[in-house]
Amino acid sequence: MSAPTSSPAPADERPPAHAGRSRPRVSVLGILGELLILAGALLGLFVVWQLFWTDIQGERAQREVVESLDWVEPDVVSGITADEASGPETIPDELKRTDDPPAMDYPEFVETFATFMVPRWGEDYVKPITEGVTRADVLDPLGIGHYPDTALPGEIGNFAISGHRTTYGKPFADVSELEEGDSLIVQTEDAWFVYHVESWEIVWPTQVEVIAPTPDQPGVEPTERYITMTTCHPKFSAAQRWVVHGTMDYWAPVGHGVPEELLEVPA
Amino acid sequence: MISSWIWNALPGPALVRLLILLVVIAAVVLVLFEYVFPWVSESLALQEQSVEES
Repeated sequence: MSAPTSSPAPADERPPAHAGRSRPRVSVLGILGELLILAGALLGLFVVWQLFWTDIQGERAQREVVESLDWVEPDVVSGITADEASGPETIPDELKRTDDPPAMDYPEFVETFATFMVPRWGEDYVKPITEGVTRADVLDPLGIGHYPDTALPGEIGNFAISGHRTTYGKPFADVSELEEGDSLIVQTEDAWFVYHVESWEIVWPTQVEVIAPTPDQPGVEPTERYITMTTCHPKFSAAQRWVVHGTMDYWAPVGHGVPEELLEVPA
Repeated sequence: MISSWIWNALPGPALVRLLILLVVIAAVVLVLFEYVFPWVSESLALQEQSVEES
């Protein structure tokens, strides 16, 4: 951005005292041009920051959070594979339950209380779930946020979570690839929860009924254990929301292996 | 011009001026990345992912 001193002025115009430094003439157009170049550089920097740097920062931060949770098994963090002979043991059928899960304290704002795994998105996909959906505190630095006062994992009602589809580590980047029946797996300190995708829809940002206890039916007393994911749509836009709904298949206590669904990456 | 004025205002030989400039630019980029851009991005709300009452 900085040019060395401008071309030397004719010798007779130069003040003799400051021989080493030529004095450039001030021109309004020249300064305007330089300001425009500066503005362009700032805009370019902003794009680089938003599209590349936030991903690098977000992925690193979310990874660190997952690694810092002592109840997440190392196998899960490093990316689980099914075909290894020494693969992790899977939860036996007799431990799979559909009644009320162990009660957990409602998490504090910005507390990471669960992890989220989607086999469709790769065997190494594991992201933290943190309480709250504000961008500055939760979604930008930590990835997936849990809508306050919606159900906790495994509870009757709607466990509703939100995440970026682009930038900031983009936890829900491939939301459009999800198909009916795909597993959505949540783990807390005490239990595994296996949900499956039932439907998806594109809604306006104000359609809060998608996270109602019975999705899309506000006021209706829930009878099932739902999960709902919201993210932006179209990509890089704030115009609409892509919403995925699912229901719970079973939950199981931790310490008896991983859900077999975690090992089944869909074709 | 602004750039040549900045260049002339810096002390020392050309190499030192260049180093000072690089350090200043790095500091400016750091402040932009850590504080200014996150705030701008959130204020402009170019992308949002949660549903909420309007």
